[in-house]
Amino acid sequence: MWTSIISAILIITGIALVAGLLLGMAARKLPGDSDQIVNQINNLLPQTQCAQCGYPGCRPYAEAIVSAAAPINLCPPGGDDTVQRLADLLGREIEPLAEGAPVASVALINEALCIGCTHCRDACPVDAITGAHQFMHTVIAAECTGCELCVPPCPVDCISMVAVR
Amino acid sequence: MSSPAATYDLGKLHGGLRLAANKAESTVMSIQEVPVPDQLVLPIAQHVGEPAHPVVGIGEHVFKGQLLAESYRSLSAPIHAPSSGKVVAIEPWPVSRRYGNKAPCIVIECDGDDRALPLPEDIGPFNTLEPDSLVQKILQGGIVGLGGAVFPTGQKLMQAASMPLEYLILNGVECEPYISCDDLLMREQAAEVLGGAQILMHALGLGQCYVVIESDKPDAIGAIGDAMAILDDSRITLKQVPTIYPSGGEDQLVQLVTNREVPSGGLPTDVGCVVQNVGTSAAIFRWICEGEPLISRVTTVTGPGVATPMNVAARIGTTVADIIAFAGGYTEHAKQLIIGGPMCGKSVTTDRVPLVKATNCVLVLNETSRPGTEQPCIRCGECATVCPIQLLPQQLFWYACADNEAKLRSYGLTDCIECGCCDLVCPSHIPLTANFRNAKARIQELADEKARAERARLRFESRNERLEAEQQNREAELTLQKEAALKAGPAAIEEIMRRQQKKQNPDQED
Repeated sequence: MWTSIISAILIITGIALVAGLLLGMAARKLPGDSDQIVNQINNLLPQTQCAQCGYPGCRPYAEAIVSAAAPINLCPPGGDDTVQRLADLLGREIEPLAEGAPVASVALINEALCIGCTHCRDACPVDAITGAHQFMHTVIAAECTGCELCVPPCPVDCISMVAVR
Repeated sequence: MSSPAATYDLGKLHGGLRLAANKAESTVMSIQEVPVPDQLVLPIAQHVGEPAHPVVGIGEHVFKGQLLAESYRSLSAPIHAPSSGKVVAIEPWPVSRRYGNKAPCIVIECDGDDRALPLPEDIGPFNTLEPDSLVQKILQGGIVGLGGAVFPTGQKLMQAASMPLEYLILNGVECEPYISCDDLLMREQAAEVLGGAQILMHALGLGQCYVVIESDKPDAIGAIGDAMAILDDSRITLKQVPTIYPSGGEDQLVQLVTNREVPSGGLPTDVGCVVQNVGTSAAIFRWICEGEPLISRVTTVTGPGVATPMNVAARIGTTVADIIAFAGGYTEHAKQLIIGGPMCGKSVTTDRVPLVKATNCVLVLNETSRPGTEQPCIRCGECATVCPIQLLPQQLFWYACADNEAKLRSYGLTDCIECGCCDLVCPSHIPLTANFRNAKARIQELADEKARAERARLRFESRNERLEAEQQNREAELTLQKEAALKAGPAAIEEIMRRQQKKQNPDQED
């Protein structure tokens, strides 16, 4: 009787070892479906392209989450909701936002002060600022994501962020 | 002359409630005309869609029927002056709306002359017009669905014209308690209602029309029957439906009359039907055949808080205070003012709000709230039995509390017509409809946010593509220049360098 018990244990252990080795090799050799995961994460991000996470846009951040295991709590515009959804998707722990959640806002150019330098226009990640050299610029409010990237380049400090609604 | 018999062959409606009608008080008198008040207040958003765009300025004198605000963008309806006078302000004013208490309004100080614009010359028999131009004309009359949904009628017809259609259904089913304006309208203006039906059938190329009336309105059925006998139009049939709330809902009525179910998220046109309220039909007749745009409507003033309950014909923009004063004022029981019926109406805190195109009832109740305090759901399922859409309100409530958007969608929250049946039967007194309304708004908000994010993503990506293309162009240009320079040989390069140096130090001679 003992032999049959031992042989059963040995067989099961053997199968487990072989299967484990196979799976481990497959995970290393075969390419992962990371592009699809990146897309899924990108869809959950708010697409403000504000770079407040430290990456140059939402998609780069999504790639960083997948490849470099970046924390999932770096997106202030997304707020706690986005952290929650990312945690659900990736099976990670929910973490509080690294920075406090901001209020939704859009950029407003004080047109009396604008000198038409085009610096803010070039900084806008979603082309929401129009204006030519030496002409007054303006923000297309409907397209502005409130990322604040246009504020620091302005040489005359004529851009302010105003709360939506 | 005998009126044709009403028919009974009907589909089935799930759930619904038999409610105390409370309509007897307001149907004693005929429709009374409210005199033109000193001041008219016209919100620029009286319809579904974009608010109309004012085309008059402050201080301008306007005639009755003159265009005050034109329709703006694709879904909108124009607004006309209900009487002659001077535009004194365009400013926020209290209105009865679901969200927010104030909205921009055009205020007219009436001069009392009630002078109308000269009638346009193209008033003639409607059937000489092409269906398309007829629809365009209806669009200009400012006519919207008067049953309460206030969807611009012209746009509804335009949408319908692109679908294969079978029936025009005139909705005379006024199922909500207290309201009786359509009943009185059918009794007194049956010819106009049927005339409107003929115009609609011509505009849509339809060969069949059902006029549907609830069984508790024998006078209206008689009046419409008599008018049909005079008109002698074999395309129009009278149908009678049992008195169950909410059989007057558009989709419910289609189900009752044709036994076809309007698909979830769809429209009656998906099953070959166009539904119009009888009041809308009469308004279309007056606009097309008499040249009068939608500047007045019949509304019910009733409830225990009104001295003489009645139906009145009032100009759009008359304040509710004026209308109630006309109906003898408030009684000492008056506690709560509701614009609309007791089930779907909105409670307002001031009677300064104007009568708008949507106002089918001004109700003054003697109690302020429903009896009973809210308790936890005991999952009895009463709400599911009465739901006319066959939704599961108890599940929806569960997911609304949990803010679970995906489940709310899959359980069909967006199909809820907010009829309030589940509220009434709930033994725990849970305000289900209010919960669903909030949940709907939240779902809409999420969808908007999603759409915005998607647009930002596309813009970001196209910008990156553009920058990359620019970079490549620049590099290609540089390589070209470099190649050209190399081809010219070292002598030419030296020559260029010398010229450069000379430019920098012009004094130096070589």
